[in-house]
Amino acid sequence: MRCDFADSLLQGYFDGELSGQRAAEFERHLGHCVHCTTELVDLDLLRDRLQLAQLYEPAPASLRRKINAPLHAIAPTTVASKPRLWHWLAAAAALLFVAIVLGNVGHGLRSDDYQAELAGEIVDAHVRSLQSGPMTGIASDDERVVKGWLDGRAGFAVPVRDFANGGFALKGGRVDVIEGRAVAVLVYERNGRRINVFIWRTREQDSPPRTGSRQSFQWVDWRKGKMEFCAVSDADRADLEQLHKLIDSSA
Amino acid sequence: MSELGLEDRERFEQLVLPHVDAAFNLARWLLRGRTDAEDVAQEALLRACRFFRGFQGGDARAWLLQIVRNTCYTWLEKNRPMELSMEFDEEIHLQTSATPETLAIAGDDRKRLTVALEKLPPRFREVLVLRELEGCSYREIAAITSIPIGTVMSSLSRARRQLYSALANSSQGACP
Repeated sequence: MRCDFADSLLQGYFDGELSGQRAAEFERHLGHCVHCTTELVDLDLLRDRLQLAQLYEPAPASLRRKINAPLHAIAPTTVASKPRLWHWLAAAAALLFVAIVLGNVGHGLRSDDYQAELAGEIVDAHVRSLQSGPMTGIASDDERVVKGWLDGRAGFAVPVRDFANGGFALKGGRVDVIEGRAVAVLVYERNGRRINVFIWRTREQDSPPRTGSRQSFQWVDWRKGKMEFCAVSDADRADLEQLHKLIDSSA
Repeated sequence: MSELGLEDRERFEQLVLPHVDAAFNLARWLLRGRTDAEDVAQEALLRACRFFRGFQGGDARAWLLQIVRNTCYTWLEKNRPMELSMEFDEEIHLQTSATPETLAIAGDDRKRLTVALEKLPPRFREVLVLRELEGCSYREIAAITSIPIGTVMSSLSRARRQLYSALANSSQGACP
């Protein structure tokens, strides 16, 4: 038999995560609950055992080398004692490389790659959202309810529209974190398929839609009004483009 | 790694690189092996470097571990999708973790703990590793795993209970 307190407060108390008031409340309970006392002792024994076993595995030197090498590859290097022609050629090539990666050369190309790369990340987030089962976030077809929930959590005004009339029913919203930034996600349904529209703030200028696919998922990405949108689904790409038009014209 | 400007590169070295151990350790426990962990941790660090400009300050360790975790899960989905469905049949899992064959292999306590920890579903294993090995607060764990703090607490509770019962079973007949 387990004590009700065990699940709610015991872990927090053990980990020192309760507020002073809650901790005091739990300690009063502890005074007369043998079960919780026993469980605390068990938790403590388990922690000691984990600590003693030294399970932490630091990174091997080979990993550090692999990470450090490319970081320092473009740092200034020492000059060879006997410069030969091929040294100079190599140095010139290295300088050109540095110019390309650090400078503005090929900027447009890299920006496109960046966008495609990010869309790839978003497809991965989409797959995770499908696999994690029930959606965490807000399930509602009411624009105002979803917007109210999202705005505070995403930290910006999220344009939430239901397009049920156009065949894209709003199902809800959630907040995902992609590469360190909070991203609002609108969930639509189209013919029984889920479409996630990821929205985040950007400083970049408006851009027309770009499309791509990854694994078996399609994505359409565009920027408008200092926001970037990326719609992802296993639905037809034409559907995503249609949704893009609906969102774009409603903004 | 070389896409960053000099200034960003220095910031990256100062803020992110001190957490390479944390990155590797999390990957090692999520993927249950050092070789895969090295590859995936490297991939995650490259990714962190690429997206470093999107890092708006704050807890660099949590930021990096979040990327490591996502990279690990994506890798698992691609290479070992079965492992991710583990959490849905805990009962079966609990039975298998107590078979004498696996436990006989576990000689000393470190091995026994490793086996027990690796048999936990990944979602439980990760909260335990972050809390017990990495010393993260609930808030940090919530940020890294994108789950609410309440869920962090209940996952920890279940993870510890499962680990405890697996260890209790495994030490039957063995020295304490």
